[in-house]
Amino acid sequence: MSLFSDPRWSEALAHLPDYLGNHVRVSLTALALGLLVSLPLAIAVRNRRISRGVLLGLASIVQTVPGLALLALFYPLLLALAALSLAWFGAGFSAFGFLPAVLALALYSMLPVLRNTITGLQGVDPAILEAAQGVGMTARQSLFMVELPLALPMMMAGIRTAAVWVIGTATLSTPIGQTSLGNYIFAGLQTQNWVFVLFGCLAAAVLALAVDQLLALIETGLRRRSRLRVISGGIGIAALVAATLAPSLARSPSSYIVGAKTFAEQYVLAALIAQRLRAAGLTASSREGLGSNVIFDALASGDIDVYVDYSGTLWANQFHHTDIKPRAELLGDLTATLAQQKITLLGELGFENAYALVMPRQRADALGIHSIADLSAHAATMSMAADYEFFSRPEWAGLREAYGLSFRAQRQMQPDFMYAAVASGEVDVIAGYTSDGLIAKYDLVVLDDPRHAIPPYDAIVLISPKRAADQALRSALQPLLGHIDIADMREANLRAAGGDGASSPDAVARWLWDKIGKTGAQKQ
Amino acid sequence: MQDAPPIAFAHVGKSFDGGRGAGPVVAVNDVSLEVAAGEFLAIVGGSGSGKTTLLRLANRLIEADSGSIRIEGEDVRAADPVRLRRRIGYVFQSGGLFPHMSVAGNIGITPKLLGTPAAEIAARVDELLDLVRLDRSQHRDRFPHELSGGQRQRVGVARALAAKPRIVLMDEPFGALDPLTRDALGDDYRALHRKLGLTTVMITHDMTEAILLADRVAVMRDGRLSALGTPSELSASGDAYVGELLRTPRRQAERLRMLLPRDGAA
Repeated sequence: MSLFSDPRWSEALAHLPDYLGNHVRVSLTALALGLLVSLPLAIAVRNRRISRGVLLGLASIVQTVPGLALLALFYPLLLALAALSLAWFGAGFSAFGFLPAVLALALYSMLPVLRNTITGLQGVDPAILEAAQGVGMTARQSLFMVELPLALPMMMAGIRTAAVWVIGTATLSTPIGQTSLGNYIFAGLQTQNWVFVLFGCLAAAVLALAVDQLLALIETGLRRRSRLRVISGGIGIAALVAATLAPSLARSPSSYIVGAKTFAEQYVLAALIAQRLRAAGLTASSREGLGSNVIFDALASGDIDVYVDYSGTLWANQFHHTDIKPRAELLGDLTATLAQQKITLLGELGFENAYALVMPRQRADALGIHSIADLSAHAATMSMAADYEFFSRPEWAGLREAYGLSFRAQRQMQPDFMYAAVASGEVDVIAGYTSDGLIAKYDLVVLDDPRHAIPPYDAIVLISPKRAADQALRSALQPLLGHIDIADMREANLRAAGGDGASSPDAVARWLWDKIGKTGAQKQ
Repeated sequence: MQDAPPIAFAHVGKSFDGGRGAGPVVAVNDVSLEVAAGEFLAIVGGSGSGKTTLLRLANRLIEADSGSIRIEGEDVRAADPVRLRRRIGYVFQSGGLFPHMSVAGNIGITPKLLGTPAAEIAARVDELLDLVRLDRSQHRDRFPHELSGGQRQRVGVARALAAKPRIVLMDEPFGALDPLTRDALGDDYRALHRKLGLTTVMITHDMTEAILLADRVAVMRDGRLSALGTPSELSASGDAYVGELLRTPRRQAERLRMLLPRDGAA
């Protein structure tokens, strides 16, 4: 099988109209907004030394904020604004996806445009400015007839830089709910689907190059007063916009949106839910790669309709409880707390995906470590790895306190790399997930938690307030409840990490459904 | 009004901020000067003598601190500076052409600002190209960087004349040109000045050029007007600085008479 006959290429291609269309829409809107703000600002401050310095300083500071963080910051900011707007004007807006992405990217695009416009305008020969005044131009005429045309090549260079930055950074808007070419990259990274990662990178690079070259065409056209170049460049941009927007506009908006967090299991479960909804004759699409906190707020505000979360995660992270309750009691409390926010806890899927401390079986046996209590004696000489969230989660604080854990070193890793890292001895212990198929694959052992420092993490289906009374949705998802056991989920996760054609979330979800159907039949 | 001189400076003064720590620098100090209709006046002086400042005061590229400046009888302080500049032709040092505009665009700029119809501007541009002796079809659509220094300055003159001004101010217009071009351009402009009945004030640091082109020569030194008169009046002046300025042209003339006796006899 050659590299390009891999079925994942055609699967990636099938997503392209949606991902690319959204990517172009968010990038160009952000760029347009950025220009609309930056150009007048640059013109206004060009001859004012102090405000010029302040503005460029601020834009530089924005630039030093990593793109992902900037995007992430706009989400809670808009959420708060939306709440205020709802309280004051009776109308809220969605703080999810498009709006925060556009605002953050627009802010990101400002520095090159501001800097190049100011530099370009200041670079105009003073003798030419005097001539403009001398032939009888007003300040405004001098600006539009002489200064801006002469600064144009410099300004266009800035606009091109901004365009390339925005298109590249827009791939990071996936975790705040804006579909983009980043969906390939985030999904690919989580499910070890390198075809997707490569496809996403290539698509973003090609898009950036195409826009850059079209802008270059317009630039040289303007400089050489060649109307042909300007028009063909303009037509190129317009065609690009039309081509990428047409398919996504023509598609009927899907009625149900299924959310997924940033790891393989979530992609598979979202695919499974979407498949069930479609099987019930409903339309559904998924919004994947959402951050843990983003996804809950998105459900509460109705930006997504349904997703799978874990009881312990909500308990400790969303509702900030530090006490750990037994499974049934915790679920009961959670259902009641969620109901206050009009969120429906439809039920448990039947398996638990808990955080657990995991190490190689042989090493654990050799050291006589069976539980976390045994581990604490060795911890000072050991290094530990976990995902990006774990060390800042309350569960970790609880664990450390309960067992007096203190490791020699702590590292954060992409979840899929942790298991290989602990198996190879790169690190000694990891905070793994009990539903992960890699635990069995690498012959790792889950350490007991005799002091119950880690809460139960039952996988639960949550439904947004606006779908609370939706019987079609409820009955479509009913067959899943209680029917996915830990063994099936582990195997599904292992398949999803397989890195071959059968490892796409859709394919794994179909396999899982078949499996549930059989076990379901056996159980009945 | 009809009898008012085209340009009249009365006790004009102008100082500039001397930069950090230094006191103000007096650029123009109590200058009174009238330019008669149809006159060609050259202002001669070294760098820092205030000659360029004096010229710019006339069309309010710079505002005077004291005294009054009248253009055709009207105090410039009362005039709208933009409208004032549009009715005074101005030729900049080394052209000052807009690099992104064609020759036609540069020449037609002031009429365009005045709202003249495009067809009229096009006709006027051709007329002006003829006037400054540039080939219409060859130069109309060229850009400044494609022209020689002399051609650029011819375009500069054409631009200054485009809106049919009665007054033309020239800031060292031929200074950067080679002697032959400079001579030809000077003669051509002098002819235009006479033909169009212009009132011209030209800044130069070259006394020879001033004597050869102008009706009267004003000499400036340290912001003051130190002499004013026709070349022969200046020649009779006892002023030491004027004598110094006249020494070069005199010596050149003598040399030329000795070296080129036939021309001298003619």
